[in-house]
Amino acid sequence: MSEDMKIIADRDRCLGAGQCALYAPDVFDQSDEDGTVVLMTETPPAERHEAVRLAADMCPNAVLTLEEDGGRNPQRRAR
Amino acid sequence: MRAPTPPASASTAPASASTAAEMPVRRDDPLDPPPALGVLRDESPISRLAFPDGKTGWLLTRHEDVRAVLADERYSADRVTASSPVRGRPPFKPEDRPGLMLTMDRPEHTRYRRLLTPYFSTRRMRALAPCIERIVADHLDALRAGGPPADLVPAFTLPIPSLVICELLGVPYEDRTRFHAWSAKVLSLTATDEEIQDARDELMDYMLDLVLAKRREPDDALLGTLIAAGTDLTDAELTGVGRLLLIAGHETTANMLALGTFTLLTHPDQLHAFRTGGPEVADRAVEELLRYLTIIQFGATRVAKEDIDLDGHAVRKGETLVLSLPAANRDPGHFDRPDELDVTRPPSQHVAFGHGIHQCLGQQLARIEMRIALTALFDGLPGLRLAVPPDEVPMRHDMAIYGVHGLPVSWDE
Repeated sequence: MSEDMKIIADRDRCLGAGQCALYAPDVFDQSDEDGTVVLMTETPPAERHEAVRLAADMCPNAVLTLEEDGGRNPQRRAR
Repeated sequence: MRAPTPPASASTAPASASTAAEMPVRRDDPLDPPPALGVLRDESPISRLAFPDGKTGWLLTRHEDVRAVLADERYSADRVTASSPVRGRPPFKPEDRPGLMLTMDRPEHTRYRRLLTPYFSTRRMRALAPCIERIVADHLDALRAGGPPADLVPAFTLPIPSLVICELLGVPYEDRTRFHAWSAKVLSLTATDEEIQDARDELMDYMLDLVLAKRREPDDALLGTLIAAGTDLTDAELTGVGRLLLIAGHETTANMLALGTFTLLTHPDQLHAFRTGGPEVADRAVEELLRYLTIIQFGATRVAKEDIDLDGHAVRKGETLVLSLPAANRDPGHFDRPDELDVTRPPSQHVAFGHGIHQCLGQQLARIEMRIALTALFDGLPGLRLAVPPDEVPMRHDMAIYGVHGLPVSWDE
């Protein structure tokens, strides 16, 4: 597993269930306009990668893609 | 357990793929799903289901399949004309459809969801904690003042989520006797069609009056704010939304609180782990109770929008699929020791709140209410225990949302 992680959020798919903000509130917030995901950072530090993976796995609408290994292996999480 | 009185005839025979069986509803243990669901999950996880209206559809019992269908928009949530797994209900009148967002697909559903989600975001629900703590403390004070024994349903588990949703929506709490009665009829499996329709009509009339009052004089709660913000929701749509949020906002959490308390009281080792485990275990315990109890006891319903090959099964356009959330949440293919209550279980993809675009709008509110109320209840009433034998606790076999009708308890004064 690489040190680097980049989060890509597909806000068109997002309906604001808030699972990401529940499991990693320092990385994900929700818009006060429409409730959709707001990234506090696109590149979370290594010690938060596990929480971010959990947050992505819990998303009910597969909004979050995590690019690890320098983008060679983008993973859409949790269909 | 008090003799279960399932509303539909209970078939325990597993259905093969070719012969349709009725929805399994008979429980052996009040806290476990009907055992026939587990047999189906092992032997025929996508099986033919015979509905009370005479039609035939599908029953899905595996976690993987349930999640896949809930995330697949070839299946519609527009179940107003769908078959019901346990009893036919009077169809919604066309004028009652606006705002009934849980029966809508994209893009219609998205319009409502994006307007409402900011009011239920994780951050905003966390900010409600002091308000919820105060409400919980008030009810514990009243319980202690009255002394044991007491029924926790009218004294604690029902009023707390009712008060919270009233404050959030801007519904006068003094009207609770009326909306509790309508809610009980609307969700009943034994009420007549006329009773259900009357309750729906009264609830809609009540909510329309409230919306019109907010239109004249907006307050800073949800309905008034939506109006003041100039959103394009019509009065009929606001009325429908208000009705849905009021019912969904209190019935579900009320039942999780009462059934969750009953569950912890009958699992002393888990209660001990919950009480001594600190905040992380409290959060995990909430998730585990949601998974283990899955109070949407007959699951979610979808309708195929086209002919679909579902893992080798030919689903025809228009057929109804019932997705058993209780069976999915006890699937050994996904959960380790699924029939064991373990309040320290790490986060898992349970489907108690559903999955896909309709995953519960109020889930973050439900979580924080459960965590605060359950923690404070066991701290605030030392020696809390059932005041009747467990098998005398009246279970909600007769309601769409499972739980207990009452929870007589005692404690050390």
